[in-house]
Amino acid sequence: MGAYVYSIGATAAIFILLALSLNIITGYAGQAMMGHAAFFGLGAYTAAILTQTYGVNFFVALLLSMLVTGACGALLGLISLRLQADFLAITTIGINFVMVALFNNLSITGGSLGLTIVKPTLFGVKMGNRQFFWLTLILIVVLCLLIVKMRRSWFGMALASINNDAGAARSFGIDVSRYQILTFIIGTAIAGLAGGIYSHRMGYICSSDFAFVISIQILSMVVIGGIGTIRGPILGALLLTFLPEVLRFADDYRSLVYGALLVLMVRFMPSGLIGDNSPLVIGCKKLTGKLFAKKGGQKA
Amino acid sequence: MFLQQVINSLMIGSLYALTAMGATLIYGILGILDIANAGAYLLGAYVGYYVYQATGQLILAFLIAMTAIGLFGVILHRAVYGPILAKPRMLSIIPLVAAVGLFTLSSDAVRLLCGAGTKAYNFRFSTDVLHLGSVSIQTTWVLIFALTALLLAVLWFILNKTKMGLAWRATAEDPDIAKACGVNTNSAMALSYVLGYGFAAAAGIMTGILYNSITPALGEVPSYKMLAIIVLGGLGNPLGTVVAGLIIGFAEVMLSTYTQIPIPKDAIAFVVLIIVLLIKPAGLFGQRNKV
Repeated sequence: MGAYVYSIGATAAIFILLALSLNIITGYAGQAMMGHAAFFGLGAYTAAILTQTYGVNFFVALLLSMLVTGACGALLGLISLRLQADFLAITTIGINFVMVALFNNLSITGGSLGLTIVKPTLFGVKMGNRQFFWLTLILIVVLCLLIVKMRRSWFGMALASINNDAGAARSFGIDVSRYQILTFIIGTAIAGLAGGIYSHRMGYICSSDFAFVISIQILSMVVIGGIGTIRGPILGALLLTFLPEVLRFADDYRSLVYGALLVLMVRFMPSGLIGDNSPLVIGCKKLTGKLFAKKGGQKA
Repeated sequence: MFLQQVINSLMIGSLYALTAMGATLIYGILGILDIANAGAYLLGAYVGYYVYQATGQLILAFLIAMTAIGLFGVILHRAVYGPILAKPRMLSIIPLVAAVGLFTLSSDAVRLLCGAGTKAYNFRFSTDVLHLGSVSIQTTWVLIFALTALLLAVLWFILNKTKMGLAWRATAEDPDIAKACGVNTNSAMALSYVLGYGFAAAAGIMTGILYNSITPALGEVPSYKMLAIIVLGGLGNPLGTVVAGLIIGFAEVMLSTYTQIPIPKDAIAFVVLIIVLLIKPAGLFGQRNKV
């Protein structure tokens, strides 16, 4: 693969991590999270400050930034217990704006100048797009396996029941508050991990990299692909990272197309391109169902 | 000096209240956070600009822009929001995504159609500034304050003294029961959009007059700030929105004048919001436990 492909691939991989992590909070637990980029940024700055100012090893810094963002996520989880869906959505939007304002004004985050980061080395080799691509890909595979396992576990089932009806889940003796906080911790910690990788891959970060628009972009990936599934956010992240590259010839109309796409998707396919219950998936199931039925018929 | 700041806060706060009123009316009935209302605000500013440049009549600009954008809102509801809300088992975040898409679409359409540059209303009175003792007020501010007060009074009258308003309040209370009692909930929703988008258009024109410049990015700051204001006011409560708009106006002017907080002016609304929500999770004027 060429350098260009690795470069876009690495970006796509980071956004897949972000989309999957947001999907845990919004898709599985049904919590309205509109400020995911705030935690992405928190992870990015934490990891960058750790490696650059304190000379911490890159991978240790990644772990520590996961801890920091996870802790902040726990705080948000605690807040979320007190707020209903719409209030939570706006509070998270607010957290995004306040966080960006802090990144832009604090001296430890480099203020409006941003931070420059020396790329880390792996086995004596300076990490480039290729290494970051493979590293993120491995993390995505691990995360997907973990999500599949989680969905089948007691925790996953509890989440599904909470998403369906929190009141009913509580009456069955499910500790709604605990699981809700736990999903916030997991989702934000992975966003922090993605942030740590992002800052070291880019070599430079500033506050606008984590603006509210980015939160919307991550959310769009989840919704366009199909909320509440693993394949959906992955497809959504791939589409929305590659689409701007393909549409480069029509650069002037990019936002227009983007906005129109969001409206049309939500209006006509609210469960996403390949989410559960989307026309595409139902069609495929019918098709394969027919094929299998025919095979079965021949055997009989 | 202090009195001057109080008057400034009052002016900015009343403009905020008007800007957020549209989103409040729509939330009150449909329960969706309509970021696209900032798109109506932007479109209103541009429609008003073109009408004013063509005719030189400011009143006409207000009337045409408010009517056109209000009707546009009704069409939008029929074509986009209505069908989305009619789907069963819908995640609360879905209409919000549609609204974000509509807002992006409208800002970009304005940029492509009208150009990315700034346009100036060039509306002036013969005297620019009124001096009352130590306090000086821009004449345009007085106009905006009077118009805002007038519009809010009209709104109060429609909601509280007319049959339409009664239907609106009944639908906001409980759409199903209202329907069962013979209220035409569809027309109440249409009223929400006519008033909601019309008010946003009026607020857009006022901002255009006040700062004497409009750009396609005009709606960006209001798009999130109006959310902070409507939540602070208890979501869907028109009176709460007026109070919340004034609170945010005061907080912004006072904090940026008298303190040295490391947060830009436009983020203050959210700091106030987060603090208030932590103390009162249903906003200042929200009902608790309305699930």
